[in-house]
Amino acid sequence: MPEQRIVLQNCGNIDPEQISTYVSREGFKALEKARSSMSPQQVIDEVKASGLRGRGGAGFPCGLKWDLASKSEGSPKYVICNADEGEIGTFKDRHIIQNDPFSLVEAVAIACYALGAEKGYIYLRGEYRFLLGRLLNAIAQAKEGGYLGDCQIAVRQGAGAYVCGEESALMDSIEGKRGEVRFKPPFPPTSGLWEKPTVINNVETLMNIPSIIRNGAEWFNGYGTEKSKGTKVFSVCGDVEKPGVYEMVLGCPLRELVESVAGGKDIQVVQIGGATGRLIPASGLDTTLAFENVLGAGAIIVYNTSRDIIDIVYRTVDFLAEESCGKCTPCREGTEVMREIYERLVEGEGRKNDIKVLEELSSTMALASLCGLGQAVPVPVTDSLNNFRAAYEARIK
Amino acid sequence: MDNAGKEMTAPNSSEKTLLMALEEVQQEYGYIPGERMQELAQAMNIPVNDVFGVASFYSFLSTGTKGKHTIRICKSLPCYIKNSQMIIEAVEKELGIKPGQTTEDGLYSFELTNCIGACDKAPAMMVDDDVHGDLTAEKIGKILQSYK
Repeated sequence: MPEQRIVLQNCGNIDPEQISTYVSREGFKALEKARSSMSPQQVIDEVKASGLRGRGGAGFPCGLKWDLASKSEGSPKYVICNADEGEIGTFKDRHIIQNDPFSLVEAVAIACYALGAEKGYIYLRGEYRFLLGRLLNAIAQAKEGGYLGDCQIAVRQGAGAYVCGEESALMDSIEGKRGEVRFKPPFPPTSGLWEKPTVINNVETLMNIPSIIRNGAEWFNGYGTEKSKGTKVFSVCGDVEKPGVYEMVLGCPLRELVESVAGGKDIQVVQIGGATGRLIPASGLDTTLAFENVLGAGAIIVYNTSRDIIDIVYRTVDFLAEESCGKCTPCREGTEVMREIYERLVEGEGRKNDIKVLEELSSTMALASLCGLGQAVPVPVTDSLNNFRAAYEARIK
Repeated sequence: MDNAGKEMTAPNSSEKTLLMALEEVQQEYGYIPGERMQELAQAMNIPVNDVFGVASFYSFLSTGTKGKHTIRICKSLPCYIKNSQMIIEAVEKELGIKPGQTTEDGLYSFELTNCIGACDKAPAMMVDDDVHGDLTAEKIGKILQSYK
């Protein structure tokens, strides 16, 4: 299946500083259509019918999320765009905001209309402060052009915390607090920002909305697999000739993306979805990229046969130990113990019990951690133990 | 912060949250002085511990003095496999300091950081808010000299 541009259709084709170039490519037509000829519920139903699922990694049905928040009691309601991509190897949202901030602004405004939300927030990671001006300019031009009506869109900035990409930590951060994960339930559609009904969507998820409203759910349904509709934007880096951002129809083989499109050679393993994502060995390259299979938020790091798998997992675990927010014990302590074990393994000083301890910790953390970070730490550990066991055994004294 | 039992209210659009206030102080002073934290605590009627709790949580906020410019080299895997170690060493050599230190003249602070989303241009670093990618050891001197 080929590359296909839905999310990235304007990237490179508009001037991201000039709203007129966006308007001339059907910009704000979707917002206009929604407001003039669709009820908020009809907008939600269209998104539901499209089968659009969250692009931040979890894949929750977007329309259902909107519907839940819409039907929740409590006001005001809020829309949040999660532009805190901190997953290792992810830079797709940076590329999107850099090249087409207007579609994002239009999408947030459509979501606000659908939910009857008072305000939309775009939460931009601190590392992307250089994009702040462009984003604010896009919002200001949309406002001046009269496209936003009374919809208010504000940008809030992160300040360097990976865990704030997790939705509840992100909401705490917008509230001005430490970005610590909340206990769930309640989920954001019931009780989110300032305990009000809140929809929180990834940048890329929202970028699909204007096209879905303009062209209809059926058109969108035409792309992808049964359970994964539309396209996915991937950021590919590591041992490839052409690192960059690529949009593929969902269900495309991993091999096509990393070999044909990005130019990877002698591939040993591909890390999909960043630090908490899967490690797919070369033998698995024919797997397809879809929610029912393997996907994540779109970070693809390619490692060739010259790389040391134990070192890759060590650095992954080291990162997660550093970024664990520390609220729950399995994650806080588990990542520390894992880090110590991998420190030994990398030096070839592994102990007899280390593999067993890694396996036990993995099952405990997957079950008992509070949020997706701690629950997913075992993913790269288990994948590498399953596929590269000999590399582990060689490091044990 | 435990808000159990309290009805939460969103601040007015003119009202700043604690994090926003701290980000402003960070921008103005380059770090967050203790007196500013005390003032914020008083103004917002919250314990100074809570202010420190937020200030110390975020890696881009600093409770200690910093250099005029902050260099952050990405240490995450995509940069690591493109030899970020070489860039780290080039900066160490150029400035005569290690990660976590500030030059004696107070011009540069040097840190290592996690993924900055510039993996397509690895190895990469940030100087203040600017991203510099496709780095080589040779480029370091010139880049740093452009920040005075």
